[in-house]
Amino acid sequence: MSADSTLAGWAARLGSGEISCRELAADCLARIEQGAHLNAFVSVDSQRVLDVAAERDAIPRAERGPLHGLPIAIKDIFCQAHTRTTAGSRMLEQWRAPYSAHVIERLEAAGAVLLGKTNMDEFAMGSSGENSHFGATRNPWDDSRVPGGSSSGSAAAVAAGMVPAALGTDTGGSIRQPAAFCGLTGLKPTYGRVSRWGMIAFASSLDQAGPMAWTAEDLAMLLGVIAGCDTRDSTSVDAPVDDYSKALSAPVSGRRIGIPSALLGADVAEPVRVAVDEARQTFERLGASIHEVALPTALAGVPAYYVLAPAEASTNLARFDGVRFGHRCSEPRNLTDLYLRSRAEGFGSEVKRRILTGTYVLSVGYYEAYYLQAQRVRRLIRDEFLAAFGQVDVILAPTTPGPAFALGEKVDDPVAMYQQDVFTIPANLAGIPALSMPAGMTGGLPLGVQLLGPHFGEATLLNLAHAFQQATDHHLERPSGVRE
Amino acid sequence: MSIDAEQVRRIAHLARIGLDADEADRYIGDLESILGMVERMRAVPTDGVAPLPHPIDLQQRLRPDVVTEADQRDLFQADAPAVAEGFYLVPRVVE
Amino acid sequence: MSNWETVIGLEVHVQLATASKLFSGAPNRFGAEANRQASAVDLGLPGVLPVLNEAVVHMALRFGLAVEAQISPLTQFARKNYFYPDLPKGYQISQLDHPIIGPGRLEIVVGDQAKTIGITRAHLEEDAGKSIHDQLPGLTAVDLNRAGTPLLEIVSEPDMRSAAEAVAYLRELHAIVRDLGISDGNMNEGSMRCDANVSIRPRGERTLGTRTEIKNLNSFRFLEKAIEFEVERQIEVLEGGGRIHQETRLYDAQRNETRSMRSKEEAEDYRYFPDPDLLPVAITPKMIAEVARSMPELPRARRQRFCEQYGLSEYDARQVAADRATAAYFETCVAIAEDPKLTANWVMGELASILNRDELGIEASPVPAAALGTLIARIRDATISSKIAKTVFDIMVAEGGEPDAIIEARGLRQMSDSGELERLVDEVIAANPAQVEQFRAGKTKLLGFFVGQVMKATGGKANPQQLNDLLRGRLDGGG
Repeated sequence: MSADSTLAGWAARLGSGEISCRELAADCLARIEQGAHLNAFVSVDSQRVLDVAAERDAIPRAERGPLHGLPIAIKDIFCQAHTRTTAGSRMLEQWRAPYSAHVIERLEAAGAVLLGKTNMDEFAMGSSGENSHFGATRNPWDDSRVPGGSSSGSAAAVAAGMVPAALGTDTGGSIRQPAAFCGLTGLKPTYGRVSRWGMIAFASSLDQAGPMAWTAEDLAMLLGVIAGCDTRDSTSVDAPVDDYSKALSAPVSGRRIGIPSALLGADVAEPVRVAVDEARQTFERLGASIHEVALPTALAGVPAYYVLAPAEASTNLARFDGVRFGHRCSEPRNLTDLYLRSRAEGFGSEVKRRILTGTYVLSVGYYEAYYLQAQRVRRLIRDEFLAAFGQVDVILAPTTPGPAFALGEKVDDPVAMYQQDVFTIPANLAGIPALSMPAGMTGGLPLGVQLLGPHFGEATLLNLAHAFQQATDHHLERPSGVRE
Repeated sequence: MSIDAEQVRRIAHLARIGLDADEADRYIGDLESILGMVERMRAVPTDGVAPLPHPIDLQQRLRPDVVTEADQRDLFQADAPAVAEGFYLVPRVVE
Repeated sequence: MSNWETVIGLEVHVQLATASKLFSGAPNRFGAEANRQASAVDLGLPGVLPVLNEAVVHMALRFGLAVEAQISPLTQFARKNYFYPDLPKGYQISQLDHPIIGPGRLEIVVGDQAKTIGITRAHLEEDAGKSIHDQLPGLTAVDLNRAGTPLLEIVSEPDMRSAAEAVAYLRELHAIVRDLGISDGNMNEGSMRCDANVSIRPRGERTLGTRTEIKNLNSFRFLEKAIEFEVERQIEVLEGGGRIHQETRLYDAQRNETRSMRSKEEAEDYRYFPDPDLLPVAITPKMIAEVARSMPELPRARRQRFCEQYGLSEYDARQVAADRATAAYFETCVAIAEDPKLTANWVMGELASILNRDELGIEASPVPAAALGTLIARIRDATISSKIAKTVFDIMVAEGGEPDAIIEARGLRQMSDSGELERLVDEVIAANPAQVEQFRAGKTKLLGFFVGQVMKATGGKANPQQLNDLLRGRLDGGG
């Protein structure tokens, strides 16, 4: 049985007529209002949401899409036509996108009701949700703590019961880490599985959009809608889209699960280690076999990532120059002044830090030693994963080194903040899909574990996560005051 | 890894990000610690390993040569900082 | 001869004549109102992505085959990063490593000398927009219609040794890209732009001198003048004990001089790296074979064929085979005229001077190829003389019409009735006894006088050969 507050649960009640699309949307809007202190949303157009929901109600049953009437929140990195799209930045504070991202077109065509745009670390650069021009997002489990980032508002919105599901993006863990910190299930699909068209780029060879919800079952519904080839994105892969919902109930018995002991050598809080171990035991009970896998280079993932991602970002963000759109400084004295001040004022400090890092590693004399070396390390990491997937179906690993940390705790130490991504980054470098799911609690805060699979192995990840959630109750935990 | 103020100024100028003196100092420290962390990666032996720009080994799709985009100038310029007669405007560039 | 040797390499940007842009579906056309042909991709708006135009790849391959170049099996795009208002993304998508076209060569002819110029590479890149500095006071106006237009940048080896060779190379490239149908080559509209790298060295020296780069030469004449000026300038500097600085210079056509641009190059660090939004492009043998099948005849092969098939001299072949339109005109013409040499003379002579006078391309010739062919055939079959043919041609230019009709309507047909001609010859001889006497006394140059008199009497319609024979017979025969 689906728990009430899940996407599947609401879908059942919308289907039975127990509640209308408009009633559900109104309920979500009320909860968003109640949870305003969490700062989960950047923009909500209540009237438009209610109008769209009412339109959905008018659709004859036979013509309803797979996400009919379901309220979904959107990370504010996705362009939505004629809607303010900020990427969490002052640079785009006033910018209305003239077109919609591919995933938004897909969600709307499937009948979803888009509730609003969620807060995020500026241009998806951050692991805490604190780097937003619109202020930090707070964790619904403990509002003195961060919800994780960069899909901070999406995670908080779902965890606080404002919406049953949300879209995020994941460049180095930005879906999985906040999902883990907020007790959710989140999936970063294979690179190229979901079109990047209309998604404001952070690091083009790493960025991937994905769903966040309470359960693997809900993720399967959403992924089935947003996955697929889009000719507007050259890196979008033309591979068949599996029936993810159907794949959920496949038998787990006989599945081979890999444990990367080298990765676990990283600094991990004891409760996280315990959660991974218990998850391993659960899968064993379900009939899976456990195998040791070697990922010797994975620990070099963080430094390689913090060369590659800033390098790509430094040029992706060059278009924000105050000429055609976005923030322009007042009364520029000359062209150089226009550039320098518009960008100094428009970008926050973490974005500047990464642009400077990226500019440095691409500049003459450093390109070979930093950028090319990072790409070589990237190949080693990817090839080690590909080799591992010759022996196992999935790899089980922690999502984060520990539970959600306190607001402000790491803001002054960028390197400590970057280390938060040690378990999530390798999947982005390798382009493989990875799913984080709730696997325990510590001190009233949720913990997550990750399943990593081979390219286009999303169905297997969802299948195993669903089996895990059928066998355990971690995904049923809710912050106090949030309906189950 | 040591970075000096001149390097930070040069990079900031390449990236067209205006920095005041305090900020420049702060970024010297930040870049040093980030590049210090990156040193670990530089020690990984990679002789004979080809760089990997994309995680999936695929080739570029080609688009048929047809016009698909209509004029949307008014829409695109609705939020532009400064336009006149359809042009985007910037301070006079001295050639 | 100067003690200095000139060394020139050219970088030529050719706008490719596609329907849509390099990475977007916006129209690739010249002359629209500002920013009406700039799509979201061309403007570099947030969230947009590039997708490569298939026709651009095919056009580059056509060029590669035309210059017998090596073609990369895998080619990739890179970002060249710099800030400028007409560069919307803050980077230009270009190619650095693995350009689509590798080393190739092109044969040029200067005077009577053929020479092979090496082509280093040709790569694809997107054009920038246009900055207009003089339209609004204190402001630069930016038009991004041109942004994203596909360019093929063709880089030569430093193989040219004179301005004349550089011009010949550029003309040959111009003819090739037009023949291939990959560009209109219109230099006025910037469809073809040229930068010249120029250096000098003492004759006999093997190492290259320091070079300067002259930017944006948009006509054959400017290329020639700019190089000539720059070579003189460099000689003056070196002979005066100075040093050449590697720099970018601009040619000022009004003053006919080059001058140093602010050397922004010095501080530039373009931070090239592979564009992560684009994947490597596979150039398969199948693609190359398909392009090869559709290749038109190229200028060099055509010249060769014209020499062999029509027995034309190298010089004539080079003139009439220079470009596809002229060659096509010639071939239509010669098929009817059946006299290649005479046809070449007419095409290069009378026709060319009319086209020059009226500034017309041969496609827009007021005299269609078939009509000129007929006219030439009438000279060949002695219906009219060459002189009358020129009259007919002028009428065809001025009023149009078929040569046969004009000849009939105006009674320009040569007199073929020998009785009538004989009668006129006799009349002229009878009317000029003094000249007859002088002729017979050995002043044979007077033949021309008698020809003139008879021609005048026939209104120019006598067959000159027949008239000559008749006159000689009568005058020599003493009759």
